[in-house]
Amino acid sequence: MYRSHVLVCGGTGCTSSGSQAIIDKFEAEIEKNGLKDEVAVVRTGCHGLCALGPIVLIYPEGSFYSMVKVDDVAEIVSEHLLKGRVVTRLLYEETVKEEEVIPLVETGFYKKQKRVALRNCGVINPENIDEYIAVDGYQALAKVLTEMTPEQVIDTLLAAGLRGRGGAGFPTGQKWKLARTLVPDADQKYVCCNADEGDPGAFMDRSVLEGDPHVVLEAMAIAGYTIGANQGYIYVRAEYPIAIQRLQIAIDQARAYGLLGKDIFGTGFDFDIDLRFGAGAFVCGEETALMTSIEGNRGEPRPRPPFPAVKGLFAKPTVLNNVETYANIPRIILNGAEWFASMGTEKSKGTKVFALGGKINNTGLVEVPMGTTLREVIEDIGGGIPNGKKFKAAQTGGPSGGCIPAEHFDIPIDYDNLISIGSMMGSGGLIVMDEDNCMVDIAKFFLEFTVDESCGKCTPCRIGTKRLYETLDKITKGKGTLEDLDKLEELCYYIKANSLCGLGQTAPNPVLSTLRYFKDEYIAHVVEKRCPAGVCKDLLNFSIDKEKCIGCGMCAKQCPAGAISKTDYIAPGKKLPAMAIDSSKCVKCGACMATCKFSAISKK
Amino acid sequence: MKSLEELKAIRDKMQGQVGLRAESEASTRVVVGMATCGIASGARPVLTALADAVAEKKIPDCAVTQTGCIGLCQYEPIVEVIQPGKEKVTYIKMTPEKALEIVDKHLIRGQVVSEYTIGNQLK
Repeated sequence: MYRSHVLVCGGTGCTSSGSQAIIDKFEAEIEKNGLKDEVAVVRTGCHGLCALGPIVLIYPEGSFYSMVKVDDVAEIVSEHLLKGRVVTRLLYEETVKEEEVIPLVETGFYKKQKRVALRNCGVINPENIDEYIAVDGYQALAKVLTEMTPEQVIDTLLAAGLRGRGGAGFPTGQKWKLARTLVPDADQKYVCCNADEGDPGAFMDRSVLEGDPHVVLEAMAIAGYTIGANQGYIYVRAEYPIAIQRLQIAIDQARAYGLLGKDIFGTGFDFDIDLRFGAGAFVCGEETALMTSIEGNRGEPRPRPPFPAVKGLFAKPTVLNNVETYANIPRIILNGAEWFASMGTEKSKGTKVFALGGKINNTGLVEVPMGTTLREVIEDIGGGIPNGKKFKAAQTGGPSGGCIPAEHFDIPIDYDNLISIGSMMGSGGLIVMDEDNCMVDIAKFFLEFTVDESCGKCTPCRIGTKRLYETLDKITKGKGTLEDLDKLEELCYYIKANSLCGLGQTAPNPVLSTLRYFKDEYIAHVVEKRCPAGVCKDLLNFSIDKEKCIGCGMCAKQCPAGAISKTDYIAPGKKLPAMAIDSSKCVKCGACMATCKFSAISKK
Repeated sequence: MKSLEELKAIRDKMQGQVGLRAESEASTRVVVGMATCGIASGARPVLTALADAVAEKKIPDCAVTQTGCIGLCQYEPIVEVIQPGKEKVTYIKMTPEKALEIVDKHLIRGQVVSEYTIGNQLK
């Protein structure tokens, strides 16, 4: 029996900031101090505050140590674990107020969060099935198999109002119902999990898989029982090595316990799960392309209908849900539909996980009830924008989504609201942009991504996105015309209407939403040949104010292109001749401006 | 695993362990003074005895934790029992045996073991 637990985050974020070395050091120090039988060291999944990793939580006190270094470990062990004195100096500063240590749940980052899908992440050891069972793991599967009919499961999900968390927001209960009923005489059905998280900046699914892999297995088995399938596949990116490793451990443990395999709980229900690795093509996150890839073919989408519920994997009826959707299901079964439906807005129930990134203080993973405003997410939970900069826009939905401008800062986030303002929920990436971000450049960035990732099967997407990219590139180089803006918009609608799959249908969204809310920036690029945010290099001009320049020459030393030289002019009151930039040589790197201590250099 | 009973057995066995990590404040806190003075007078076996007994007897919402020097070094090992709405009870000169008595009488049955409290011991 351990009296104290040291939880060290082993998610990808903290692992890359060195948490494995912290774990090793804790184990060594605990051994050295003779506490081996009293204190347990547990490697958990993500706590969400990735910006402050590596993170160490010590229970029962609930002390939250952030940005822990290997050199701090000896002190934490000898002070906190041996002598019982919390090392306040090393705690996450938000948990210390006027010398008092306040609970983590009271801090700005966690206060407004409601963790349902992430409830076990950072709490249990993902590599130990017993810990998952301790927090009611596999109880929902037991309940479904022994007390509920498949119809009751479907009714519960419908009443709960759970919608797909992968982005499109299709009602999950409806999806399962179709897969159960549309082909009554099917000899084989499948359950698939979409863990091919491809949006740049999104890592919700990875964190669930790393922190709580069993929840996905349990929910897939429930889906199998409901639709009448006995085989599941998890399609996971090969770029997620920790997630894959933990999933495999979880599957092995569940099989050893008989929670996967034949005759589960003696009910005669068989279900097993295998992993399939994705090679990283963005299009494989699209459901038909994903299933084509599982079948061993090149990952290309196919036309719908027939929908997967009729003809899915290996042409059999298939249910495909996203990781986060599955993570909600065991809780809904145990706590009831009403509990779930009590959270969120009228048409979007429950919670949503967002990966906060970009210009924000608390980069990381947050889970909030649907209907939380963007302002609450960014200012209260995210801790605002660094360096006192002004919020310009938030990008949701990755390459398929759009930008939400400051005028919609107080909009409650749910599926329908985001669509009504030209963005979409997407899988949950939320990238914050400040006044230093150029919106034309952002649109160009996402188009560059879709051009790369378009599979090439249909013409509107393959050629259309390329033309969009070229036009945007032309605009950022100062060669665009007002006519280009009209053509851009027309082409966007054409691609949306004619592409085969979701990738092409949504690819123009970043362009359309920036055109809608930031048209003045496009016009500045086209008419004035100017980039208001100072990002587009071809439109920038660095110049030295000869009256302010003291002639120290620091800028010339920093310039990689040798574009700065002395002039003959000495400003009144200065001793040395002023410097000047030769714009024909300038590469617009900004090194001179960063080094000038006299604010004599400006960019326009 | 072929039965619900087996699943339940694992859950019950593990719950005491993982329950330690609950974010909600445990209603009962048993605090052991573990500064140099406490450790020197034998607080560590007291602490482990308490932690084991609380887990073994499945006392709900009870956390055994440690603290630094309370300032009464001559009376160590000191154990404090803090429960909401009740006055803090301070036991002094603890041993693992006395600690088990406190678990049985105070934590389970709610009767303060007055012969070990600081007020009575100093009379």
